[in-house]
Amino acid sequence: MKQQELLNIPPLTEGIDRVDGRLKVTGAAKYAAEFEVPGMTYAVFANSTITKGTIKTIDTKAAERAPGVLAVFTYLNAPKVPGYQTGGDPSKPPSGGGPLKLFVDNTVKYNGQPVAMVIADSFERATYAASLVKAEYTKEPHQTDTSKVLDKAATPKGPRFADYKRGTPDDWQSVPVKLEAEYVVPIDVHNPMELSAIIAHWTADDKLTVYDKTQGVKSTQNAIAQAFKLPPDNVQVTAKFVGGAFGNALRTWPHEIAAVMAAKQVKRPVKLVLTRDMQFYTVGYRPYTWQKINIGATADGKLTNLVHEARAQTSSFEEFTEGTVNMTRFMYACPNVGTIYKITPVDVNTPTWMRGPGEATGAFALECAIDELADKLNMDPIELRVRNHADTDPENGKPFSTKYLKEAYQMGADKIGWQNRKSKPRSVQEDGWLIGYGMGSGVFGAGRGRATVKATMQSDGVLLLQTSVTDIGVGTGTAMTQIASEVFTGIPVSKIKFELGDSSLPPSPTQGGSMITSTVGGAVHDACVALKEKFQQLIGNGGTDKPDYIQVLKDKNIPQLDVTITSSGNSEMRNFSSYSYSVHFVQVKVHPKTGVVRINKVVSVADSGHIVSPKTARSQVIGGAIGGIGMALMEEGVIDHRFGRYVNADLANYHVPVHADIPHIEALFVNKPDYKVNPMGAKGMGEIALIGMSAAVANAVYNATGKRVRELPITPDKLLG
Amino acid sequence: MKQFQYVRPANQQGVLAAIAQPGTKIIAGGSNLVDLMKHGVMAPDKLVDINKLPLRNISGISNGLHIGALALNSQVAEDQQVKTKFPLLSQALTAGASAQLRNMATVGGNMMQRTRCPYFYDTAMPCNKRAPGTGCGAKEGFNRMHAIFGFSDKCIAVHPSDMCIALAALDATVLIQGRKGTRHLKFTDFHRLPGTTPELDNNLAKDELITGVEIPNNNFAQHSYYLKVRDRASYAFALISVAAALDIQNGIIKDARLAMGGVAHKPWRLTTAEQLLKGKPATVATFEQAAQTAMQGAKAFKDNAFKLQMAPASITEALTHAAGLV
Repeated sequence: MKQQELLNIPPLTEGIDRVDGRLKVTGAAKYAAEFEVPGMTYAVFANSTITKGTIKTIDTKAAERAPGVLAVFTYLNAPKVPGYQTGGDPSKPPSGGGPLKLFVDNTVKYNGQPVAMVIADSFERATYAASLVKAEYTKEPHQTDTSKVLDKAATPKGPRFADYKRGTPDDWQSVPVKLEAEYVVPIDVHNPMELSAIIAHWTADDKLTVYDKTQGVKSTQNAIAQAFKLPPDNVQVTAKFVGGAFGNALRTWPHEIAAVMAAKQVKRPVKLVLTRDMQFYTVGYRPYTWQKINIGATADGKLTNLVHEARAQTSSFEEFTEGTVNMTRFMYACPNVGTIYKITPVDVNTPTWMRGPGEATGAFALECAIDELADKLNMDPIELRVRNHADTDPENGKPFSTKYLKEAYQMGADKIGWQNRKSKPRSVQEDGWLIGYGMGSGVFGAGRGRATVKATMQSDGVLLLQTSVTDIGVGTGTAMTQIASEVFTGIPVSKIKFELGDSSLPPSPTQGGSMITSTVGGAVHDACVALKEKFQQLIGNGGTDKPDYIQVLKDKNIPQLDVTITSSGNSEMRNFSSYSYSVHFVQVKVHPKTGVVRINKVVSVADSGHIVSPKTARSQVIGGAIGGIGMALMEEGVIDHRFGRYVNADLANYHVPVHADIPHIEALFVNKPDYKVNPMGAKGMGEIALIGMSAAVANAVYNATGKRVRELPITPDKLLG
Repeated sequence: MKQFQYVRPANQQGVLAAIAQPGTKIIAGGSNLVDLMKHGVMAPDKLVDINKLPLRNISGISNGLHIGALALNSQVAEDQQVKTKFPLLSQALTAGASAQLRNMATVGGNMMQRTRCPYFYDTAMPCNKRAPGTGCGAKEGFNRMHAIFGFSDKCIAVHPSDMCIALAALDATVLIQGRKGTRHLKFTDFHRLPGTTPELDNNLAKDELITGVEIPNNNFAQHSYYLKVRDRASYAFALISVAAALDIQNGIIKDARLAMGGVAHKPWRLTTAEQLLKGKPATVATFEQAAQTAMQGAKAFKDNAFKLQMAPASITEALTHAAGLV
C-alpha cells in the first residue's frame, strides 16, 4: 500500500483554477497605479547624483515655471510630516537606526536619494520639470563597496543575532576531514514586473484614501496613520492586486510618505510610480553578503564541526538584518556548531527582504559546502545528507512536527535520474557540452500567525469571505477559496467569493515569510467551520450536513448569516519545531569553450505539508526555481563604487531569466499534512521554492566542469580556462 | 523627456529637407531612440518619422540582394531569399533583441543604434560619447562589456548590433541618399572607431538618409554560422559574437569571411584571419590558428580580460559550426 493511502491522504488532484486568472489575463485586474481619481496629479523625483554630502544649493525655479507644474518640494519648503517630529517611525523594521526621512534636511546619504519632488498635471510634464531641478552639492568621501569594509562588520544588537555556539565548534584538533570555503552573494534586486506605485488622495483634512503597491494594507495603514498622526481608520488602503513583490513591498518606504505629504499640500490626489532605475535606489534589495563555512567530518561522513559566518551590508542610517546563518544550526545533525552574523554599513539605500530572505543566501553557502565536502569524501551528496539527517531539532532538542526531507531527496533523485550522475566532475559530454547534476536543499520556518476572517452566507447562496490580506501573485485568493470549498463541500467554487486587499476588512498579516496560507487559511477554515455550526444551530437537530443555505435563510427569514473569527496557532505548536523543506535538482550543460551554462532539467520537491491549491502551488515552485536560477546564473546589481551609482539599473542590463533560459520545471510535492501547524495540514512554500536552488545550480556546474564558483552569479567568464 | 516636434514627411525629398534642419533626428522603429530620449541622453527638438517612405522591400538584384532601410528586423530574418542566400544574416538577426523589438526595429535603425555602455546612458556619469570632454567612465570603471580592439583613450564602448556583424562579414554596401545625390559606402566603412571623436558612431552625415543595404552573391550559404555568447539565452547583448562564413570545396577553404561583435566600437572584421584560412583544410586546427591570428593587438581592461580567452574560443567554435564539424 502506498504511503499516501496509509496516511489517508487523497492523492494530489489538479485543484481549482486561479480564481483571478481571467481578470489578470484580460487586463481587468486593477493594480495600484491603474486607479483614476478626479483631479489626479503626478509626482516625479529629482535624485541626488552624489553619494554622500550635503546640498549646497538647489534651484527649482525653472521646474516651478515649467508647464503644468503645481509644486516642487525640497528640504527647504516641504511641510513637516508630523510623525517625523516625534521620532515615531512610519516604516519598520530597522533593529537600529531609522528609515530615511525625505526632505527634512540637506544631507545626502546615498546616490539616487530624492532631493526634490515635482508635482504636475501629467506624468510627462512632471518628468520634464524634474529634469530642470539643479542641485549643487558639497561632496564627502563615500564607501559603497561592502567587500572593502567587511572588517568593520559588527554584530547587531539583540539576542537573535548573538553568536551561536553548540558544543565546541572551534576545536579542530582531532577532526579527520576539514573544509573551509568562502562564498559571496552579490546585491540582488527584486525587480517585480509591477513598479512601486502609490496614489494618495486626501478626502478630508484628516481622511485619506490610498491605492498602494503593498504586501500588507494594514501595515501601510498603520505606517501612514503614525506618520500623519491620524486614527488608523481614517486611512483607507487598497491593494486588490499586486504584480509581484518578492519582499520589496513589505515596508512603507519614504517615497510613499512623501507622496502622502505632497497630496495634502497640493490638495489634490497624487500618483507616484517609481521608474525602473529608481526601484534599484529606493525599495531595497538582497544585500551583498560574504560568508565563510568551516566543516569538519569523520572519514565516513559524519559531521563533527560546522561553523558558518556571514557579513552583510546595510545602509549607513539603519540596520537591516536577516536570518542568513540560522539554518546551519538545525539543518544537519552535528554536535559542534557555531554561527556568527554581522553587518557593515555602507553609503547605499537600505536592503530589505528578498524571497527566501537570508536563508537563500545562507543556503547557497551551506549547501555548496556540503557538496564540496561530499566531493572531498568521495561520497554521494545525498548519501552525505542522509547520514547527517537531523531526526530531532539539534538546536532546541524538540521533535519536528513533520519532516519528510528524506522522502523529498528520494522523489527528486528518482525524477531527475540522479543515478546518471557521475561523481567525478567533467566526466560526461554530450554534443560538445559538459553535463552535470547537482542538488541543494532549502528550509524555512513554518508557523501560523493571527488573522481575522468574516464569513457570510448571502441570501443568493454566495459564501463571502473577507479579510485584509493581499495576494502578491501567489494565488492566495485561489487557495482560500479551495480551503473554504473543502469545509463547505456542498458549495461550488463559483459560489465562493474571497475579498481581500482592503484595510477596512478584518485584519490579516502582511503577505510574507511563507505564512499566509497557514495563517489566513487557518482563519478561513475556522470561520467556515463556525459558520457551518451556526447554520446547524439554526436548523436544529437532525439537519443535513449540506443544507440548502438559500432555503434555510429564506425559511428563517434572515437576509444572511455571518461569523467573524479570529484565530491563530495553538499552544501545542510550541512543543515542536516546524519547518517546510525543499530539495532542488538540476541537470546543466556547460560549453567547455565559451563557459555558457544552460539548464537542461529542473526538479523541485517541496515538503510543505498538505498541498491546498495544487495549481498555484505548482506555479509557486516554478517561480521560485526560476528566481533561484536567476540568482545562480545572472542576477547582480553592479555599482561603480567611484560614483556610488548602479551601472545596470534597468532590465536590459540587470539580467533575470527569460523564457529561453528556463526548461520544463517539474514541481513535486511530498503532500503529507502537518496538522500541528493548522487544520489544513499545510505549510508555507513561497520561500523554500527558491532557497537552495542557487546551490543546486552551482553544484551541478561543478559536477559538469570541475570548477567551483563560490561567488554568484556564475556567468560564462567565470568558467573559462 | 524634453518636449519635441514630430513630422512625418510624405516623401524622400521632404525627409531630406527636414533633416537638414538643426536639432532634428530621424525616427523609424524608435526602439533605441525613444529609450535614449527617456533617459535624457538624446534630446532632439524635432523627430522626422520616415515610415511613409517606400523603403520596406527586400528584392533580388543582378548581383545579390537589396534590403530597404525600413525593412523590419523580423521581416528580414524570416525572408526566404535571405534565409536561402544569406542564412548568416537571418541567424544574426534572430540572435538580437527580442521578438517584440525585432518587430519594430528596422535595418537602418539597427545600423544607427547606439552603444549600451552604461556610462553613456546615465547622464549623471562621465561619457565622452554623450558629453564630449567629460571623460570616459568605463575606462577605469565597470568595463566587463567593453572593447578589446580599436578603442581609444576617449572611449572604450562597443557597437551593440548583431545584424551589423553579419552585414560586415557579408561585404554589404550601404546606400545613402543626400540632397546632392546618392552615395555607396562599404558596410565596413560605415561605422567608425572612436578615436578623438567618440561622439560620432558612423560616417553618415547629419543631412543624409540610409535608404538600404545591398549584399553581393557569395558561396557561403552552405557554411555559415552566427555564434552569440551572452549571459542569458535571449535578450542580452553579446559578450562575444562571431559571424563566420566559409566556402569549402573538397575539404579545402576556398574563401572565408569573419567578423566579431562585442569587441570594438564597430563590427570587427577579421581580414588577417580570413587570409590565413584561405587554401587551408577545414579542420579545427586551422580554425584555432586563425583564431589566434585574429587576436593580435587585443588588449583588455580590468573587467573584460576574459574576452581575450572567450573571443578566440568563440571564433574557433563558430568556424567549427560553419564547417559542419559539430
